Amino acid sequence: MRRTALTLAILLPMLAFIYLPVLTLVLFSLHDGRVPVPPFQGPTLEWYGRILANPRITSATLASIGVATLSAALSVTLALLAGWGLARHSVPGRKWVEAAILMPLTVSYLVVGLGLMVSYSGLIPKSLPLVVIGHVVLNLPLAFAILYVQFDRDQARLEMAARDLGATEAQVFWRITVPTLKIALIAAFALCFTFSWDEFIVAFLLSGFDPTLPVVIWGLLRTGLDPQTNAAGTLVFLVSVTFALIVELFLLRRRNAAKV
Amino acid sequence: MPQRSDLSIRNASKHFGPTRAVDDLSLDIPANTYVVLLGASGSGKTTLLSILGGFTAPTQGQILLAGQDITLMPPARRPTATVFQDYALFPHMTVAQNVGFGLSVRHLAKPQIAAKVTAALEMVGLAGFGPRRISEASGGQRQRIALARALVTEPAILLLDEPLGALDLNLRRQMQDELRSLQRREGRTFVHVTHDQEEAMAVADLIVIMNHGRIEDHGPPERVYAQPRTRFAASFMGDSTILPAAFGPDHADTPLGRLPTRPMGGSAVAIRPESVLLTEGEGTLPLGLLTVTERVFQGAFARITGRIGDTDLRLRCPPADAPAPGATVPVHLARNGAAGLAD
Repeated sequence: MRRTALTLAILLPMLAFIYLPVLTLVLFSLHDGRVPVPPFQGPTLEWYGRILANPRITSATLASIGVATLSAALSVTLALLAGWGLARHSVPGRKWVEAAILMPLTVSYLVVGLGLMVSYSGLIPKSLPLVVIGHVVLNLPLAFAILYVQFDRDQARLEMAARDLGATEAQVFWRITVPTLKIALIAAFALCFTFSWDEFIVAFLLSGFDPTLPVVIWGLLRTGLDPQTNAAGTLVFLVSVTFALIVELFLLRRRNAAKV
Repeated sequence: MPQRSDLSIRNASKHFGPTRAVDDLSLDIPANTYVVLLGASGSGKTTLLSILGGFTAPTQGQILLAGQDITLMPPARRPTATVFQDYALFPHMTVAQNVGFGLSVRHLAKPQIAAKVTAALEMVGLAGFGPRRISEASGGQRQRIALARALVTEPAILLLDEPLGALDLNLRRQMQDELRSLQRREGRTFVHVTHDQEEAMAVADLIVIMNHGRIEDHGPPERVYAQPRTRFAASFMGDSTILPAAFGPDHADTPLGRLPTRPMGGSAVAIRPESVLLTEGEGTLPLGLLTVTERVFQGAFARITGRIGDTDLRLRCPPADAPAPGATVPVHLARNGAAGLAD
């Protein structure tokens, strides 16, 4: 009993510490007043109506969805091909190539963003395609880390069995490799999507006149506190949570399937 | 439709760095033979199977099938099919899709695939299992699915890598019988790798005993068991008493006296425990008085260990006849009971 009490005494403040800001954000998006400060009044959906009617926010939302989808798809595709190539063929200096692909995970977003801004200035104007490139740079190592471990011995044996039964390399790839990695591919895509969707620094530095949603929200904050910001933040949060849940569900299913 | 598919391995070697997994090995396997490659782990039997399947290129040597050189032919085009040790069934496909995979990648028409899959599943006793998922299949069923998946492509040679290793004893016995009768019915060459000598004797037409990448002995199970060629073969295939011997033209002088046998070039003879008898019979030879040191009951028979002078000797007898430890009994060598060995 005493241990349970102690556990709760530690756990509850910790959970409050983590979730209170998010809950506050969500709560005051429903606040019926001009400034999101206590005491809470309402609820009202007025602010949601306002942001959905705000063309800057809607176009930024579309831009964010586009950038996240495209950069996640590119990252996952490149990571899959890199993983397949490195795992299934003898590559000279394999360890170095692996390290080179994973390295950007350790580099700060600010450095990556500045680097891209400097490198591409003059080549490509600041725009959404440049943000896509930036997000691929950030997310490719992540997608690679998730997918590369899937190319294990069991996976290799399945491919070997398929070849033995007469499958061509293309048939092995499309009928064995991709379907057996389906869950990892979905998980990697969802994670890359979430990261891109939330990402501010690179998007801020590279997006130019077509800002993504986090950049627009940051712009709103500069003009002062407004329940609209809370409403927009809540929408961003909901999308992230949805994708995080997708990852969790698929990974959980995989763990359960592995037990069979 | 049986085809002429004599398999010939000519001077095959596979080196992994300084290790010779397969060392200048030659073997001819006539068509429609059930071959068992028998050996301990590290004997090179799995590497040899992998060379036959096209997964490993030999460092030297040739593999000929019906006279055609297939040494460098990739697995996809090779007329071999493999049943892998862990079966390597495709987890994202149904049983029927697994079995039909080899036909579907060759773009056969769907109704044709369905008919062949149904026939193959029937052949391995899994009629009606087609729509099930692989995760629903038991170990024995997975084994049969893997077998059906390989056989449906009508390979000239079926390669089986420790196919029964994951099954419990009863199921293993049953599958041995089924593999044997399947090979008879299908009329293909089966090359089966195992470390289990009882399994080898139960299924094989031809046993190939391997050690250090070389063939120690090969021949029909009866011959390999009764007259093992080398000391290694004699000790690997079941229990043997191995005695040092000096050979004459038709006999060997051993610590147990002069025994009739042919010299094989070595300096030892092997005596199987069932060749040592407690009673005299036709053509038997007295070996002397055995002092029993140990008696182990093993169900259908008892295993007796004892000594004649300084020589340890093992024998088998019906449990009812088994002398107790400490007893001294006369023992006899059965006719042709001693086998001269090569080194």
